[in-house]
Amino acid sequence: MSAQLERRAVVAQMLAQRGDMAVVSGLGAPTYDVAAAGDHDRNFYLWGAMGGAAMIGLGLALAQPDVPVLVITGDGEMLMGLGSFATIGVQRPGNLSILILDNELYEETGAQPTHTALGVDLAAVAIGCGIADAQTIRAADSLAAFAARARRLGNAPAVAVVKIAPSSAAKALPSRDGAWIKRRMRASFGLTDA
Amino acid sequence: MSDWPADIFAALKALDVRQVAYVPDSGHARLIRLAHDDPSMRAVKLTTEEEGVALLAGAWLGGQRGVLLMQSSGVGNCINMLSLTRICRFPLLALVTMRGEHAEFNSWQVPMGAATEAALRLTDMQVVRAESPHDAGEIVQAAARMAFVGGTATAVLLSQRLVGAKVFVP
Repeated sequence: MSAQLERRAVVAQMLAQRGDMAVVSGLGAPTYDVAAAGDHDRNFYLWGAMGGAAMIGLGLALAQPDVPVLVITGDGEMLMGLGSFATIGVQRPGNLSILILDNELYEETGAQPTHTALGVDLAAVAIGCGIADAQTIRAADSLAAFAARARRLGNAPAVAVVKIAPSSAAKALPSRDGAWIKRRMRASFGLTDA
Repeated sequence: MSDWPADIFAALKALDVRQVAYVPDSGHARLIRLAHDDPSMRAVKLTTEEEGVALLAGAWLGGQRGVLLMQSSGVGNCINMLSLTRICRFPLLALVTMRGEHAEFNSWQVPMGAATEAALRLTDMQVVRAESPHDAGEIVQAAARMAFVGGTATAVLLSQRLVGAKVFVP
């Protein structure tokens, strides 16, 4: 199977009916994809901290158990934080979903192949870490089902590795003011200090 | 004898710390047990320390205070992730048990132990040391206030003399 989806369409579909969902985006193209889908008080865009997206999602999901939390990141960013799958597999929050946009490339840095181009299966790693609801998606109907799952509060975390085509989408650049983005998300939860 | 891990636990409770992220260290063993046994706290076992820096950023985004427990070797693992703490001004609180100093038998612990305080300062963390069982709880409570009330990322180094050096060879 070599079918591939288009990343901007994938992210737009995931966020189309997001409701009160909070979103953490991994550095590089996933941050641009989430920004292109529309800025939101509950978007936390990373411009660095590679390998940290899933763990930020975990801390947020544990702190706000009634809010669906979606991490949208890339294969390279997830590979740098593989241990997070083990940590999340132990904590098992039902309001955390992770979408990995897998183009099998470090596209931002010159399109070098990642490990997922060379046999590494991120969904299998997640399953091996105790995240039973992990899958690789190549078709739009499976993506629609995952989007619906991500909007619900479940009993355990969910992971989807979505195979996407290389992209020439223009960069969509959200704010790089991390302190402001932080305060904005906290304010959306009624938290006013710092 | 002073029960300093219980004093630290009480300080964390008093400041409403809810997520306790850790990579184990024998010096933190009692504190980790206390956190696991407390229903108001979520103890989060990490595979590597930088996960905890990111976890606690997320916790703060969602309105919970947390603490990162690690030994000094783990500070080295955190360096790039601490850019998240600095650029977003997250009020990270880290409690670091020191290895590689007082009576250290394992020389492999010395290089990172010797670099720990300077490495934290280079990342813009405030650093305080606790040397005595009598004031460790008070120092942690003060550091927690600096972090959560003042917004200043702060690390407390718990000295190896306080924690007790491992003895491999008599």
